[in-house]
Amino acid sequence: MIDFLNAHAELLINLVKTALLLFIVLTVNAYLTWFERKVVAHMQSRWGPHRVGPHGLLQPLADGVKFLFKEDPTPAGVDKFVYYMAPLLALALALTSIAVIPFGPDPIRVFGRDIYLGITDLNIGILALFAITALGVYGVALAGWSSNSKYPLLGGLRSSAQMISYELALTMSVVGVLLMAGSFSLRDIIANQQNTPGLFGWHGIFSWNIFAGPFPQILGFLCFFVAAIAETNRVPFDLPEAESELVAGFHTEYASFKFAMFFIAEYTSMITVSALCSILFFGGWLSPFPAAWTFTHYLPSIILIPFGFWVIWDGIRYETVFGRIILPGIGTAMAAVGIALLLFPTVNEFIQAPFWLLSKILVFLFIYVWMRGTLPRLRYDQLMDFGWKLLLPVSLANVVITAGAILWWGKP
Amino acid sequence: MSVELIVFFALAALAVGGALSLIFQRHPIHSALSLIVVMIALAGLYLLMGAEFVAAVQIIVYGGAIMVLFVFVIMLLNAGVEERTNMSKLAGYAGIPLALALTSFLAAALTRSSDAVQASAATGTAAPTKALAMLLFQDFVYPFELTSFLILVAILGAIVLAQRETSR
Amino acid sequence: MIPAHYFIVLSAILFGLGVVAFIFKRNIISIFMSIELMLNAVNLAFVSFSQTWGQLNGQIFVLFVIVVAAAEAAVGLGIIILIASNRQSLNVERVDLLKL
Repeated sequence: MIDFLNAHAELLINLVKTALLLFIVLTVNAYLTWFERKVVAHMQSRWGPHRVGPHGLLQPLADGVKFLFKEDPTPAGVDKFVYYMAPLLALALALTSIAVIPFGPDPIRVFGRDIYLGITDLNIGILALFAITALGVYGVALAGWSSNSKYPLLGGLRSSAQMISYELALTMSVVGVLLMAGSFSLRDIIANQQNTPGLFGWHGIFSWNIFAGPFPQILGFLCFFVAAIAETNRVPFDLPEAESELVAGFHTEYASFKFAMFFIAEYTSMITVSALCSILFFGGWLSPFPAAWTFTHYLPSIILIPFGFWVIWDGIRYETVFGRIILPGIGTAMAAVGIALLLFPTVNEFIQAPFWLLSKILVFLFIYVWMRGTLPRLRYDQLMDFGWKLLLPVSLANVVITAGAILWWGKP
Repeated sequence: MSVELIVFFALAALAVGGALSLIFQRHPIHSALSLIVVMIALAGLYLLMGAEFVAAVQIIVYGGAIMVLFVFVIMLLNAGVEERTNMSKLAGYAGIPLALALTSFLAAALTRSSDAVQASAATGTAAPTKALAMLLFQDFVYPFELTSFLILVAILGAIVLAQRETSR
Repeated sequence: MIPAHYFIVLSAILFGLGVVAFIFKRNIISIFMSIELMLNAVNLAFVSFSQTWGQLNGQIFVLFVIVVAAAEAAVGLGIIILIASNRQSLNVERVDLLKL
């Protein structure tokens, strides 16, 4: 038994990592929907979900149960194979893109084996993500076409035309970062940002790609972020799937579980894009503070302990009995984790990198949700004009200027 | 039976299965989907050989742009199932053996030419993108510029063809 | 390690299947797709030769083939759309005005 485990250790470790990451991503997806509904609601001066479980925390569970038990009709005249395959394709591609993202630099040593955080590190990391994004167009186009109805067809065609238009600007805006890093691999890009001296020799926030180098990649970041929002069909670029426009666009004829698959695919690609933004332009898992300031290593504990106590205090005064039990429990767990980090310095050091990466991902997810709550949507011809006439030339100009700057001043 | 060999046979079976499906499917959209499967299988084979940049370009350009164009055209033209036509019997009875003969001639000729290299393994060293870029922009810069001109001509041609529809 | 001629034989098989599809299909778009299949088979042969002899020229040529296939697909599909609107059918047997 032990020999079998030892012989196939690599495979088993990868399998366990994949299953764990899948579970974590799906849970984060579910709570991302809760986060979005709460934040958009508070921006609109209302409460959002707050009945199902304390502060609406069990709302994703209720939604999941609804998706499982709702009737799942198949319209007449659809092309059965393509109709069933399109949401599967979209979901599979979105979940595959999580495999390329690294979550931490140092491995965990277990039984003499190094387990790196993140499933793999490809030499062509960024290109693999672009390949997956390119294939994602099919999920939308085939869903729209196979539904045998005019609204989905139009929505699908528009949505896929939008996606392939913004794909160009997306890939071009990253080339500046690739020129500075000299490699496609995501770990190399972060390592390059670690070694860059940045402005005034400060290694913290000023060595990130957005501020450092011969040409700060601010233009590249803006182009990337806007193009990525268009790629994931989110507000303000969600005309093809908005409720008031084309009924529901390409997923009109999809009910319960198949719609849930599209839903999960969209939120997962949001998470991937946020991770990419933080890795490519904002230093990934690097701390914004210079390495000499070791007191900043206590930041996770400084955040967790007071927040845990506040959750306990809020939970004690909650209206329902269930909330009065659960919320203090969650608060205690958070405070306990914070105190444990203070007591075990090696774990604290290890947790720094994933902590910063996850915080940056959270900031970008908040910006995504913020834009959903506040911005109106673009009309379709305005959308296509913006993509081809503004975003693509600007990202090309960014490539040319970055290349010129590197040739003139050399990489630092 | 190493893992590489198993992966090779799996990907090869996927590619050949996709090509057969392209022939035997009656609706063009299913043929297009089969071709996409073939392209992804080929990208997997390129990865197996160590040509990772070409694999990525194959998926991004071929699978993600050219085939999207095909799928769009099939959707726009509302291509239906192919009708049954009376195809000439000669094509049926002579075509397939001749195609088999062509395949075996090709395989034999190409294999014989590579035998001279002592049947070297086809999982060579990984091709770094930097070396490809050096080659492309130093030795092959003239064909590179020509292909950019070719793409410009293709764009102009496509625009002219599309315009001729609406200007009548 | 996989011997090189495995890849070559696979490339020849795919090319043969492309030729069969080209001959037997009646839909213009399917015929065009069989041309793409043949180009892909040739790409596979190029890459396997490039990796066998350790020279990168084969992969450079594959990049050029992909680019030319893209340009050809764009113009070819434009022509196909025009033919379809002129003859109201996607069957090659209907596009036979030049036949005797």
